[in-house]
Amino acid sequence: MTLALYVPVGSPVHRLPAGVKLLCLAVLAVLLFARPTPTVAGAALVGTLVVGLGVARLPVAVLARQAWALRWFLLVLFVVHALTTDVATGAHTVLRLLTLVLAAAVVTATTRVSEMVRVVERLCAPLRLVGGRPERVGLLIAMALRFIPVLIERADRIRAAQAARGGPPRGVRALRTTVAPLLVQLLQMAHDVSEALDARGADDTPVRRPGRA
Amino acid sequence: MRFRRSSAATADTDVAEPGRGIELRRVGHRYGDRVVLEGIDLQLTEPRVGVVGANGSGKSTFARLLNGLVVPTEGQVLVDGLDTRTQVRAVRRRVGFVFQDPDAQIVHPTVAEDVAYGLENQGVPPDERAARVAEVLERYGLAGHADHPAHLLSGGQKQLLAIAGVLVMQPARIVFDEPTTLLDLVNARRVAEVIAGLEQQVVVVTHQLDLLDGFDRVLVVDGGRVVEDAPPGPAVAAYRALMERR
Ligand SMILES: Nc1ncnc2c1ncn2[C@@H]1O[C@H](COP(=O)(O)OP(=O)(O)OP(=O)(O)O)[C@@H](O)[C@H]1O
Ligand SMILES: [Mg+2]
Repeated sequence: MTLALYVPVGSPVHRLPAGVKLLCLAVLAVLLFARPTPTVAGAALVGTLVVGLGVARLPVAVLARQAWALRWFLLVLFVVHALTTDVATGAHTVLRLLTLVLAAAVVTATTRVSEMVRVVERLCAPLRLVGGRPERVGLLIAMALRFIPVLIERADRIRAAQAARGGPPRGVRALRTTVAPLLVQLLQMAHDVSEALDARGADDTPVRRPGRA
Repeated sequence: MRFRRSSAATADTDVAEPGRGIELRRVGHRYGDRVVLEGIDLQLTEPRVGVVGANGSGKSTFARLLNGLVVPTEGQVLVDGLDTRTQVRAVRRRVGFVFQDPDAQIVHPTVAEDVAYGLENQGVPPDERAARVAEVLERYGLAGHADHPAHLLSGGQKQLLAIAGVLVMQPARIVFDEPTTLLDLVNARRVAEVIAGLEQQVVVVTHQLDLLDGFDRVLVVDGGRVVEDAPPGPAVAAYRALMERR
């Protein structure tokens, strides 16, 4: 699994409001790209590691997994930059991106999804003015996080079933033969999930509109 | 007034008559031209009701009628006097539903958040929500998993989580559609024990006949009709005889 999910430790970083953490992440991102010097990037990386491993006491594996998941992408990025500009620029670009990914991992690992969703809902509050429902946006994000692992598991299962009957275990052909049955399963699942949402009162929340109702 | 739901809620409780249980009046259902259920006239007041029948006989459709997930194309379904056609919100608050596949009914990434979902929908304040979630997780042995990702739970734990998510809403009745089909023996037994211990009225659709031990009433569905309606012993015997004639 490549999604860093909440690691319940109970550190000062965990207790920080989700909005503050997301703001820090945004500031860091702006800083990394507005001041693209190796010193800034290096300092940011060290800072991220100190906060993540030292203060938040996250297991090294949580952060290592994120970096590992991106290894090919980072490698390609490095090679392209090294070839078109020079090796130092390549290394610097990779460093900035890696820092940002790790910082994002620290935020997700120290923040409950529900808190994160609440921030997004608050940011989407203006939607109410046009009759939108911010809590729906929040639910959408939570459900995306919930169903990505399910999706991966179903894909694995289909691949295993096909391999057991002599199908291609991997490669482009396996990918092609996995997609169709996976889509069928996903459509069925989407129907089941929508029933479950109904059964648990998804429609119960009355539509809130500003002003006289 | 749309800011509060209180007006609607009181209206619902005013007309609900808890003693009446679940009533199906001349109920029939078709998908397009295909008749799936017909001629069903029942009143279910017993605390434990089972439903058995062959694949495709209409059990799931029957179960979905009971909380308004399916509205009958003919006749009427009433829950405590509330019509599933016109008072579906009130009906769903009284009738919880547990599905076969727990993966499809867990909608939040972590355990506690998922249990809280239904309460959020009901507008329960955060403090009370947290207390009720904690209590339910404790009862089903999931307290240690509150912040764990749901996808790391075992199949049995996932189904318990799904049940916890329904129970926390304190419905008066719960419908289960094949709750143990995807579980191994140990987990199926654990879920069966949980169901047996519920104080709510329970309607269980199942292919696992031992789940019906101690039930008050079992319906045998065949070709969209209720062909037997008896205590578990005779009902299961009739069901076996029916299947052997195939
Ligand atoms: N949404 C739908 N649209 C069309 N036909 C449907 C739909 N849902 C069910 N059916 C059909 O209605 C019939 C009864 O289905 P139902 O799911 O109620 O049976 P079941 O007794 O629950 O079967 P099983 O034991 O396999 O779960 C089946 O023939 C099925 O194909
Ligand atoms: Mg069924």
